[in-house]
Amino acid sequence: MSTLQLRHLNKTFTPKVVPVKDVSLTVEDGEVLTLLGPSGCGKSTVLRMIAGLETPTRGQILIGDRDVTFTRPGDRNVAMVFQSYALYPHLTVYENLCAGLRLKKVPQSEIEQRVAEVSRILGLDQGLMTRKPGQLSGGQRQRVAVGRALVRRSDVFLLDEPLSNLDALLRERVRADLKQIFAAQNTPVVYVTHDQTEAMTLSTQVAVLNNGYVQQLDTPERIYNQPANQFVAGFVGSPQMNLLTLPCQGNQALLGNFKLTLPDLPTLPAQVVMGIRPEHVQLATANDPNLIRGEVFLVENLGMNHLISVKVPNANGEPVILRSLLPPHSPSSSELSLTLPSNAIHWFDPQSGDALVKRP
Amino acid sequence: MSLGSNARQPRSPHPAPTRSLTLTNILFGLAVVAIVIFCLAPVLWQVLTSFKLTEDIIAIPNIYFPTRFTFDHYIQLFQRQPFWRYVLNSTFVAVTSTITCLAIGAPAAYALARLHPRGSHWILAGILLVTLFPYILLIQGLLQIVQVLHLANNYLALIITYTAINLPLTILVMRSFFAQLPKDLEDAARVDGYTTVQMLIRIVLPLTLPALVTTGILTFIASWNEYIFALTFITEDTMKTIPVAAAQISGSSTYEAPYGPIAAATVVGTIPLILLVLIFQRQIIQGLTAGAVKG
Amino acid sequence: MTRPSPLIDPIQARDRRTGLYLVLPAVIVLLLVFAYPIAQAFWLGLFANNLGTGLQPVFIGLGNYLRILGDGFFWQTFVTTFRFTIISVLLELVIGMGIALVLNRAFQGRGAVRTIAILPWALPTALIAMVWAWIFNDQFGIANDILLRLGLVSRETLINWLGQPWTANLAIIVADVWKTTPFISILLLAGLQSIPADLYEAHALDGGTPWQGFWRITVPLLLPQILIATLFRFAQAFGVYDLIQVMTGGGPGGATAVVSLYIYANAMRYLDFGYAAALIVVTFVLLILAVVLCNAWINRSRSKASGAS
Repeated sequence: MSTLQLRHLNKTFTPKVVPVKDVSLTVEDGEVLTLLGPSGCGKSTVLRMIAGLETPTRGQILIGDRDVTFTRPGDRNVAMVFQSYALYPHLTVYENLCAGLRLKKVPQSEIEQRVAEVSRILGLDQGLMTRKPGQLSGGQRQRVAVGRALVRRSDVFLLDEPLSNLDALLRERVRADLKQIFAAQNTPVVYVTHDQTEAMTLSTQVAVLNNGYVQQLDTPERIYNQPANQFVAGFVGSPQMNLLTLPCQGNQALLGNFKLTLPDLPTLPAQVVMGIRPEHVQLATANDPNLIRGEVFLVENLGMNHLISVKVPNANGEPVILRSLLPPHSPSSSELSLTLPSNAIHWFDPQSGDALVKRP
Repeated sequence: MSLGSNARQPRSPHPAPTRSLTLTNILFGLAVVAIVIFCLAPVLWQVLTSFKLTEDIIAIPNIYFPTRFTFDHYIQLFQRQPFWRYVLNSTFVAVTSTITCLAIGAPAAYALARLHPRGSHWILAGILLVTLFPYILLIQGLLQIVQVLHLANNYLALIITYTAINLPLTILVMRSFFAQLPKDLEDAARVDGYTTVQMLIRIVLPLTLPALVTTGILTFIASWNEYIFALTFITEDTMKTIPVAAAQISGSSTYEAPYGPIAAATVVGTIPLILLVLIFQRQIIQGLTAGAVKG
Repeated sequence: MTRPSPLIDPIQARDRRTGLYLVLPAVIVLLLVFAYPIAQAFWLGLFANNLGTGLQPVFIGLGNYLRILGDGFFWQTFVTTFRFTIISVLLELVIGMGIALVLNRAFQGRGAVRTIAILPWALPTALIAMVWAWIFNDQFGIANDILLRLGLVSRETLINWLGQPWTANLAIIVADVWKTTPFISILLLAGLQSIPADLYEAHALDGGTPWQGFWRITVPLLLPQILIATLFRFAQAFGVYDLIQVMTGGGPGGATAVVSLYIYANAMRYLDFGYAAALIVVTFVLLILAVVLCNAWINRSRSKASGAS
């Protein structure tokens, strides 16, 4: 029904404070786009511009074929869930849910029907309706906040870190609920978070933002498996990807005293950044390629796995440190043989940070 | 001074009362008693005077613990002049001034806190400056306005003036309250479709009700107590407010001053304020502090 | 598809416009009641407009101001005002600090004492003036009665408090201190409560006495509140009217006449409007000057305090 388009958005507060430099995105109906990035990357500002709470300095925002760049938030027909929930403390849950509808002069019968439907979806029972937000638990408040956005049946559905005020257990449950709700929505959903698990589980598309630019816009799988640059590679995934700047010799990169074969490149670089996720660094069997031996100097027990830091000796300088995620029952010796599977290695340009090999 | 061990936890919810009779504690107790006497004695003395028989009032040496009490002075007070009228006048002027001041001041404070209208810096600087203006500097100019607009003996003259002299504090206090309000609520209201004015009325003001009460109380007190403008703008006897009417009782001559009725008049004029202080002690302190800290 | 981007975006512009509409009534009322009278005084001060001119304005340039220079009584009221202001505010600061320190300590019934302590501030000054006039009454006043009982005066030497210049000045100061000390103690109490307790603990561990703690921690950290209260009270005390008008009427013989009383008399009793306007201008300018100096001093002390910590 409606597509959300952002065209070259820029927000300049002062010449030195430019949270959003140039962002273009398209979100189709039924798509869930997550804006993912560290704090200060501009993701919240983008969301607030879509909502109309900030006005872009340059660029355009379209909902369907309407240009809403300078339309008031109330006239855009967008709904938003706030990080703090922003429920009106002096109104009851019911009044909170229907405040927006009443302003739009929706007939009372329809208001009641919509509120009933949303309450059913969110499991808000009738007893809650007459309470004030202050009398609700954190989880209930969060659901009312989502409900207030849902009843609006808006053209665009926006969420600003809606789970960050919940405790860990509740967060997982609500995350699953949200996924179902999004699946039933037939509008563009834009979801802001700094939590990569939420981004991975909830979205159809992830836009990784940093420094006011979109670093990569892709499906969660590709963001994880084929990071477009060093920033995305380092930001997504926990524990963090090993990112090592290595000198090159011919078509080989030197990791300490060991050699890794470079992929086919147009020119042979003097240096590369090699990236590999700790979970892809595995114990080696004798005939594996890209074999590495190193001394274990730190074992961190993460429960399901052990994160093991290995010091790889280097004849030409400081030893190189590589981290590997291994099952807890792995042999624990002070020296380990590890293998780096070629298809799990990411190569980046040390200057630009861009991936050297673009995979389809 | 009195920086004993307890002074270090001024906010502990259940302070352990110090029971031991050390020298510090005795001195501290005396200090508390001294404060209470200092603040209450003059008022209590006046209350006592108002209930004493006239011959006891002018007895020498003074009678501190009278054995005879009378309501005569109060009866006289209300018989000789329309004192109920004065109470009513004061109430009317103070209440309308308070409402007007809040109605004008709260939106202005909100605008200054959130909407950044052109020239807000100058407006704020001006507001801070006029809090320091002695009223005497205004009286001649205001009297001219009152005469030109034929507002003499019209409460509108007092209401406008009281609104104005209370606006600075109202705006400063309300502005600091608005600034503390979480911005998300207003954003949510905008997304819900409220216009700025609708949002102010239906969301923001209900949330700042405590602040409205606080500033309202301060305005009411200041309006009830005001003397110089009431003295100047209202000459019609039945329209006078309590401070002016009471101050004029002493009329005829110093030596025949009706001390009893004067005392009764001060008691009647202060009772509403004493009640306000008893009920709204917390809000008054909060308002004074907020106003001064921001100012 | 390009479009000229507006310098100020429409949403923000609309907010600012709404904001302007919302502040406008307040600004108009403030201009009417505060700015107009001052502006009018500047204009009117250039004219003679009194009974001598048949209440018609006659332009005399700076004539009124020359008259002020030679008006000994005005300068006397000025000195009286200044003396009253300085002594009252100093006493209020000292007593207010004492009350604040006591109220800052936890004890049973603190809430009640705090309520009592703000009572004087809330009561009408005009009525309080009558209370104090009664206390200082020469025949039946409690002030004399106490002195009598203490044997400090006799029946024959009773003090005519409001009838002698220096005792009358003392009486108005006492009344003003009683009335406005609560205001200062509330401000100082708020400041005291914001001083972290661990500062005193650290100071005590270092072997400091409470008295040293007061001067080294309390006073420096309370300086902003002290200065704000001083500035505010200074301006208020400088414009004192109702207290003195009701208590002494400026008497005896003009000994307690302050600037406000003199201006009021010129404007309302002698109908010397031009001269009253000039007096208003002079007072206004001197007050602004004092406030600016005060403010500069505050800022300097503040930056010193923050620089030291």
